[in-house]
Amino acid sequence: MNYLDFEKPLAEIEGKAEELRALARSNPGMDVDKEAAALDRKAQDMLAQIYGALSPWQKCQVARHPDRPHARDYVEALITDWMPLAGDRAFADDHAVLGGIGRLDGEPVVVIGHEKGHDTKSRIRHNFGMARPEGYRKAIRLMTLADRFGLPVVTLVDTPGAYPGKGAEERGQAEAIARCTETQLSLGVPIVSLIIGEGGSGGAVALATANRVLMLEHAIYSVISPEGCASILWKDSERMREAAEALRLTASDLIGLGVVDRIVREPLGGAHRDPAAAIAAAGEALRAALADLRGRDRRDLREARRRKFLEMGSRGLAA
Amino acid sequence: MNWISNYVRPRINSIFSRREVPENLWTKCDECGQMLFHRELAANLNVCTHCGHHMAIKPRERFKALFDGGVFTEVKVPEPVADPLGFRDQKKYVDRLKEARRTTGEKEAMLVAEGEVGRTPIVAAAHDFAFMAGSMGMYVGNAVIAAAERAVELRRPLVLFSAAGGARMQEGILSLMQLPRTTVAIQSLKEAGLPYLVVLTHPTTGGVTASYAMLGDVQIAEPGALICFAGPRVIEQTIREKLPEGFQRAEYLLDHGMLDRVTPRGQLKDEIVTILRLLLREPAAVKGDLPAPEAAAAPPETRAAE
Ligand SMILES: [Zn+2]
Repeated sequence: MNYLDFEKPLAEIEGKAEELRALARSNPGMDVDKEAAALDRKAQDMLAQIYGALSPWQKCQVARHPDRPHARDYVEALITDWMPLAGDRAFADDHAVLGGIGRLDGEPVVVIGHEKGHDTKSRIRHNFGMARPEGYRKAIRLMTLADRFGLPVVTLVDTPGAYPGKGAEERGQAEAIARCTETQLSLGVPIVSLIIGEGGSGGAVALATANRVLMLEHAIYSVISPEGCASILWKDSERMREAAEALRLTASDLIGLGVVDRIVREPLGGAHRDPAAAIAAAGEALRAALADLRGRDRRDLREARRRKFLEMGSRGLAA
Repeated sequence: MNWISNYVRPRINSIFSRREVPENLWTKCDECGQMLFHRELAANLNVCTHCGHHMAIKPRERFKALFDGGVFTEVKVPEPVADPLGFRDQKKYVDRLKEARRTTGEKEAMLVAEGEVGRTPIVAAAHDFAFMAGSMGMYVGNAVIAAAERAVELRRPLVLFSAAGGARMQEGILSLMQLPRTTVAIQSLKEAGLPYLVVLTHPTTGGVTASYAMLGDVQIAEPGALICFAGPRVIEQTIREKLPEGFQRAEYLLDHGMLDRVTPRGQLKDEIVTILRLLLREPAAVKGDLPAPEAAAAPPETRAAE
C-alpha cells in the first residue's frame, strides 16, 4: 500500500494491526484478534474521517495515486470480446491512448481511454498517460468507426495533459486536439465519458466532449494543474493547495457548474483501496448513462450534445 | 486662476505628458532595437519598418486597416456571468478585470465586427492580447459564438485573428469548456457553407490553438508568430533539451504542414479578399484601399468630390 502524506496516521494504525497479526502468526496460541479488530475499526473510522473531508489538493493526490485503477483495469473488468485497435494510419500508435471495440453487457461499444501505466516500465511505455497527436488521431479514427457502425462511444479520461514534447508540437498537437473535439461534436452515436483520475486540460476535454460526462468522486478535472496555476498566478508552484482550492476542480464543484452530470461514488478510502468495487460502480454508471441514451436518433444525439456545451457556464457556480 | 488654467490646461498637459513627450514619440523594436517613429510605425500597422518584425496591434487598429474606409460596426457580445468561480489568487479576478479594462479601454479580450473588405461583406473577430494576454474565458467564448452566429445570419464568411496566451485560468473549468463550446459555433458556420478563415498572430497558444484557431478552412499566420499548444519553456523543462531555432514559429509550422500560408500584415487584406471571393465563387476583387461602403454607394457627384 502506498500511503499519501495525509494518510500517515492511518498508516501507523494499519501498520500496528499488521504487526500484531504477524506476531500471532509466529506465536501460535497467542490471541490478538480482539486487539487487531479494534485497530481495524479505528482505521476504518479514520479512513471515513479523512476521506469525508478531503481538500481539493488532497483529491489531486488521490486522483494521481499510483495504485488507482487505470483505463486498462476498467476495460479488463467491464468489457468482453475486447479487441484493441491500434494506430492513427498516419504516423504511429500512441500507447498513451488505448482504444478498441468490445462489449459492455453484451452490447458492442467503442472504448477509448488514456492509459497511464502501473509501474516504471509501463508508465514510460504509456508516457504517463500524456498523449501525442497520434493518440488523438487514433481516437478520431475510432470515433468515426463507431459512427459508421452505430456503436456508442465510451471514453475513460485520465491524463495529466497532452504531452508537451517537440515532436508532438511539430505534428500538430493543438490541431489534433481541436479535431478530436470537433469529431465528437459531429457524431450521431451516444458518447459517455467517465473521468476516472486526472482530467488534465485540453488533453482531457479532447476525449470528454460527450452526451454524458461522469466523474469518480475523487477524480479532478481542470484547465491547468494546480502546480502550473500556482507557478503562473502565485509565481510559486508550492502554492498548489491554494490553486487547487481556487480552480474548483473537484467533482462536487463541477456538478455545481453543470460541467459534470453525475458523480460516481468511490469505495471508502478511494478507488485504490478497493479497485474492484470502484470499477463495478463505474460500470453501473456507464450502463445507466448508455441505457438513457439508447434509441435516440442520430440528429437528436448530436444536437443535444452541442446544446449541452453551448449552454455550459451560463449560470456560473451555483452558490 | 480661471477655469481654463485650472481645469483645461492640466488636462491638456496630462494628455501631452502621456503621449507627446519625446520618449513616447518613439517605440523601440523589441526585435532589432531600432527606434521607430510612432506615427510611422502605426502607418505600417505596427510592423517594424527596419526589420519587418510584427508587433502586437489592437483589434480596433487592425479593423480600421482591414475594413473598407476603416468603417465597421461592432457586433454585440452577450455578457457572461462575471467571475463565475469567485476566483482569487494574489489578486481578485474582478480586480484584474477592472485593471485590464482601465489599461486597454476595452471591455474584454475579443472584438467582433461586421463590415466590408474589398467590397466583400464579412464578420471579423480579433483577440486583444493587451487584455489579460487575450485569454479565453466565457466572454471570448461568447464572442466567437456571436461572431459565428452573426456570420450565419448574414450569410457572410468569418475571419478570425488569434492572439492569446490560452485559456483564462481564473475561470477554471469554464475556460476549458470554451474549447468544445466555440467548436460548436464554428461547426454551425461550416455547416451553413460559409468560409472560416483564421489568421494566427503572435502569440497563439494553449486552448485557443487547440480549438477555433486551428479549425479554419484556410490557416494563415503572420511572420514570426509563435503558434503552439504547449509553450517552448514548458517543453524545454519536459524534454530537457534546447529547442531548434525558429521552433513553433509560423515559418516552422508552415514547413511542418500545419499552415496554408505565412503572410506579412501589410498584404493580409488583399489576400483575405482574394481567398474569400474564390471560396464564395465571387468575381475577382478590386484590391487596395477602398472608401467605406456608404461613400461608394453615394451618387457619383458626391464620390467625385472626394
Ligand atoms: Zn525591428
